[in-house]
Amino acid sequence: MLLNGKVALITGASRGIGRAIAEAFVSHGAAIVIVARSAEIVALADSLRRAGGNVVAVQGDITTDATVRECVNVCRKQFGRLDVLVNNAGVLQQSLLGMIAIEGARELFNANVISTLNLTQVAVRLMKGPASIINISSFAGSHGLPGLSVYSATKAAVSGFTLAAAKELAPRGIRVNAIAPGFIDTEMMRALPQEIFERNAKSIRMGRAGAPLDVANAAVFFGSDLSSYVTGQILGVDGGMQA
Amino acid sequence: MSKLANCFVEALGISPEQVTDDLAYQSVPRWDSVGHMALVASIEDAFGVTLDTNDIIAMSTFARAREILQNSGINISAA
Repeated sequence: MLLNGKVALITGASRGIGRAIAEAFVSHGAAIVIVARSAEIVALADSLRRAGGNVVAVQGDITTDATVRECVNVCRKQFGRLDVLVNNAGVLQQSLLGMIAIEGARELFNANVISTLNLTQVAVRLMKGPASIINISSFAGSHGLPGLSVYSATKAAVSGFTLAAAKELAPRGIRVNAIAPGFIDTEMMRALPQEIFERNAKSIRMGRAGAPLDVANAAVFFGSDLSSYVTGQILGVDGGMQA
Repeated sequence: MSKLANCFVEALGISPEQVTDDLAYQSVPRWDSVGHMALVASIEDAFGVTLDTNDIIAMSTFARAREILQNSGINISAA
């Protein structure tokens, strides 16, 4: 029970990596507030509560100020504190250069970067150190992937934001780290064209796509006191793609 | 001393007498950018609210802070 007594806010928690993080945090004793646009988030909260978890769901769009404030308000009113923020919500769009709709690119930056920045700066006001912020970046953010230039750029921005925020918040006892998943077997990745899916899968030295739980385990580490002296790090969870 | 004034006293390490309507950002040593975040956190904790980021940026004096809370529907006179 590495997260006993901690309160965590997890975005994009209805499926994939976010859902795995939510389940892992509950299994390690955290009380959690989970948010997503989909109604699945309410069903997930019900399911986790039946399993003994202390879980509150917020159904809303984290790119809006209203949902950002609602999430932090729920943490404040239900638990009076926030110890771990997991900025996981993100969107992936695939387009080759020359075929990128600029409005779509702006939406991707809004969903993957601006919403992370916005929620972080509101949430830190409720976080009294020691506390931890975990941003979900990507292998694409440091290496770039063809067909994913905008997504890659947004994840590079998340990594840069992580490093800057770590420096600003360290004096307050708030650690900021990022996880850079490689090729993780989620619905989002399976939505990629088969050619890209297979190319990415072949580049994994450990010979298999990652599971959402592989990323969730890293999030448990960053959220727990096991990483109490670790901040400003981008941890690859990628089966050796960067090795 | 009002609950709002108490937030300023505790977050900025000043005396109650220093809390006037004219008390302004950067007019006392601890009301810098870091102190501002501590002040906002103190106000949010005291009143149980999460303020809008634009209001936080605009909160440049004690009088302005009171006005922002009132405009947010918070009854600070009852505090």
